[in-house]
Amino acid sequence: MKLPVYLGLLREAERTLAGSFRQVAEGHGDEPDVHFLCRTLAAQCDAHHEALTPVVERYGETTPDDEPERLHADGLSETRTGPVGLLRDLQDVYLLATFVEITWTVVRQAAQALRDHDLLDVIGRCDSETSTQVQWLRTRMKQAAPQALVAAS
Amino acid sequence: MVDRVAEVWGTRTPFARGRRWPVRVDQLLAEGVAEDDVDRWVQSACVLCSNGCGCDIAVRDGRMVGVRGRAVDTVNHGRLGPKGLFGSWQGMAGRDRLTRPLVREGGELVESDWDTAMGRVVERSRALLAEHGPLSHGFYTSGQLFLEEYYALGVIGKAGIGTPHMDGNTRLCTATAAAAMKESFGSDGQPGSYVDIDECDAIVLYGHNMPETQTVLWARVLDRIAGPDRPRVVCVDPRATEVARHADVHLAVRNGTNQALMNGLARELLHRGWVDDAYVAAHTLGLDELREVVEPWTPEAVAEVCGVDAGDVRRAAEIIGTSERVLSTVLQGFYQSHQATAASCGVNNLHLLRGMIGRPGCGVLQMNGQPTAQNTRECGADGDLPGFRNWENPDHVDELARLWNVDPLVIPHWAPPTHAMQIFRYVEQGSIKLLWVSATNPAVSTPDLARMRRILGGDVFLVVQDLYETETTRYADVVLPAAGWGEKTGTFTNVNRTVHLSDQAVDPPGDARSDLDIFLDYARRMDFRDRDGAPLIRWTSPEEVFRAWQECSRGRLCDYTGISYDRLRGGSGIPWPCNDEHPDGTVRLYADGVFPTDPDRCESYGHDLLTGATVDPAAYRALAPAGRAFLKAVPYLPPHEEPDADHPFRYSTGRTVYHFHTRTKTRRARQLDRAAPDAWVELSVADADRLGIAEGDIVRVTSRRGEIVVPARVAGGRDGVVFAPFHYGDSDGDGRAANELTMTEWDPVSKQPVFKVAAVRVERVRAGDRPSPAPTTTASRPAGPARVPGTVGGPDAEVAEDVAPVDPPAVATREEGS
Ligand code: SF4
Repeated sequence: MKLPVYLGLLREAERTLAGSFRQVAEGHGDEPDVHFLCRTLAAQCDAHHEALTPVVERYGETTPDDEPERLHADGLSETRTGPVGLLRDLQDVYLLATFVEITWTVVRQAAQALRDHDLLDVIGRCDSETSTQVQWLRTRMKQAAPQALVAAS
Repeated sequence: MVDRVAEVWGTRTPFARGRRWPVRVDQLLAEGVAEDDVDRWVQSACVLCSNGCGCDIAVRDGRMVGVRGRAVDTVNHGRLGPKGLFGSWQGMAGRDRLTRPLVREGGELVESDWDTAMGRVVERSRALLAEHGPLSHGFYTSGQLFLEEYYALGVIGKAGIGTPHMDGNTRLCTATAAAAMKESFGSDGQPGSYVDIDECDAIVLYGHNMPETQTVLWARVLDRIAGPDRPRVVCVDPRATEVARHADVHLAVRNGTNQALMNGLARELLHRGWVDDAYVAAHTLGLDELREVVEPWTPEAVAEVCGVDAGDVRRAAEIIGTSERVLSTVLQGFYQSHQATAASCGVNNLHLLRGMIGRPGCGVLQMNGQPTAQNTRECGADGDLPGFRNWENPDHVDELARLWNVDPLVIPHWAPPTHAMQIFRYVEQGSIKLLWVSATNPAVSTPDLARMRRILGGDVFLVVQDLYETETTRYADVVLPAAGWGEKTGTFTNVNRTVHLSDQAVDPPGDARSDLDIFLDYARRMDFRDRDGAPLIRWTSPEEVFRAWQECSRGRLCDYTGISYDRLRGGSGIPWPCNDEHPDGTVRLYADGVFPTDPDRCESYGHDLLTGATVDPAAYRALAPAGRAFLKAVPYLPPHEEPDADHPFRYSTGRTVYHFHTRTKTRRARQLDRAAPDAWVELSVADADRLGIAEGDIVRVTSRRGEIVVPARVAGGRDGVVFAPFHYGDSDGDGRAANELTMTEWDPVSKQPVFKVAAVRVERVRAGDRPSPAPTTTASRPAGPARVPGTVGGPDAEVAEDVAPVDPPAVATREEGS
């Protein structure tokens, strides 16, 4: 069964996403909405990570062979500057967030197949928050795009 | 005669539920002017708060010499408050009015003429459009111009230039009201009416210090309280306001925790069965989610977070849950606080749960701060599309494109309207290169002033249009002298949708021109064209613009088609919608429980209240709202800046009854200036005691952004909270402006800045030699041991009050029928 691999993957991706949100929050501190909201969203990711921990333990640890590095999604390495930099950073986080979002979906399918009510409970508490994160990133990028791409020097 | 500085709300005229509020005509004439000396009375309404009291301006020898409330007006039944009585006409008469345009020469502002000044604006504007396009232009307007001025500005911005960067200072005062109504009901538009005060059994004021913000409205409440069947009163406010003094339950919540309280109140209603199940089933969506979100918020949990008594939470819920007719009002304590839109939607939720919308005495008043804020919102001067149209709905954009005869792509609908704080951010980053500020003073009124001064003082080409020189005109490249209230004609709409006409009474001073004339002059000089090459804007008078606006509003919720200048002259203001179906206007919206949430009609597809993420149009359609309202709730989150060891106090800003905004007008009325001459901060008795601070001592209040040094008032607010009035600016002396301390942060949905939450430190600097200048008549009333002389106006502030000279007026009688 490969679900434990995916659970580990998801938990790790939430940690990475939390880190990326924090990085954007700090790197773009002059954008107050981005700054405060990314911190809030990072805390959501932390909570997701925590909620997954007992599930991951229940399904058992995986070996590095089961969970190869290439499956992992990369976080933001460093933040860029300026209006286009903000847009690009949000885009990077967006890619990561959509990865997390679809991973929740994939895991949900498996949890249903296994009739794992506890896991479905965890998913129910977390995946809609991830979708909202994705939606917020889209909203914020749509707002930023015209000015960044047309008017900013 | 009554001293209306000392007696803020004037003489009581008690009345019972279901009766009409008695008339009391308040009148003030300048010293030495008798009634017989008045040449004529010119119809208007007051523009010193959102209440919109109908009044007549006394004119003698071409000058404004006084005011009188209009007995026939359904808003105020003849009354006026201190600001209207003293500030409205005297505020226009300052000797230091701007009378000539000013332009910057060699670093200095020098007097000039209109051709030179407008020539410079147009030259810069054209050059920027050619080189950088429309996104180089930003407009920051007001909540104090007239409807016609906003609509003209909206058309210039949206169809002439094509920039999404337009907002009003309404973003600071009323954006959350609009946002909360859009989220709950699908569109902006006030459900309730002032008449609901006459009809209610309970009134709940959420962060609304009505006695100081809308004094005449509070007089109406006081008259019910003094009547035979007093409504029960619930007050949510950390300060000991007049509301709190009359309240059956006072919830002095920690500022920043409103959402926890609202979740708790909804939970009580659900648990105690105080819900109209049939109404909820037929007319709302989202009950299950609401139930889940509020479930953890027991009265004890609320008590813990908000710092109030759990029993009081239960008692408040019981009043809301069991009174036959409940009226709620909401203002800055919610709008300018943490989780603003969510908490304000929380009030809407309670009314939806009880099915108390659109019936006599049962209403929500999501208040406005400024007199014409409603029009800023309706006409598109706050960035929204005119007529409550949805910028994400291509059909709505096409309607406007047809109306204006322009390519739909010219109309900026490809991104959300840029809110004020974001406009300033683009200015800071240099991508907005021309900023046009009209009738507002951001150098005092916006958060984190040190930052704002840097922005205004930067490279941007700044045009400022105002009555007087202000802290903001100092940074301008061009200053345009505006004509104001009484010097121009136009309409405006108050909190409960009542439209008033304000006729020109006198000539403006010097070369000053109405804001409308200035905007139209700009449009003419810019030679904006429609898609057929004809001039985009051909209007020359306010009435022509009003007629154009009527067309724009046709068929929308804010339908003005049945209102004309002629109909408004002589009688009362009229509440919209007013059209063939509602020829006398409309008292309340949504009596049928059908809300404008249909996807083809709604003004917004809604947002996630926690993040501000927009709901996707397809996802919204899939909800199939079909005229049902939304119950929306989110969990409480702690504010982003909480007290800590370094900054142990919670800080909040607010107003006093005697002033409006940055006192541009009210400081020029001596009665008002004397009543509240200078800045102060308020501390609780226990906090003052602990810090060794006595009444009048000079204290330093410091946040992470800056500091103020002002005298202390020891007052009756909750412990741990420091309050400062925001009216005072640095032209009054350094270190007075309350916004030196506030943070740059805004609500994720309404984008309204947060003025009610910050962490500060307080230190005693030295002993004072007199009590602080804070008024003693209202929330700033002293509570400490010190003796403080009372705030009085003396003979100078004596106002004639004529009680019950005629029968009270009624709103839209044919419709009301009762
Ligand atoms: S209540 Fe408002 S509108 Fe009425 S007189 Fe006072 S300031 Fe003017």
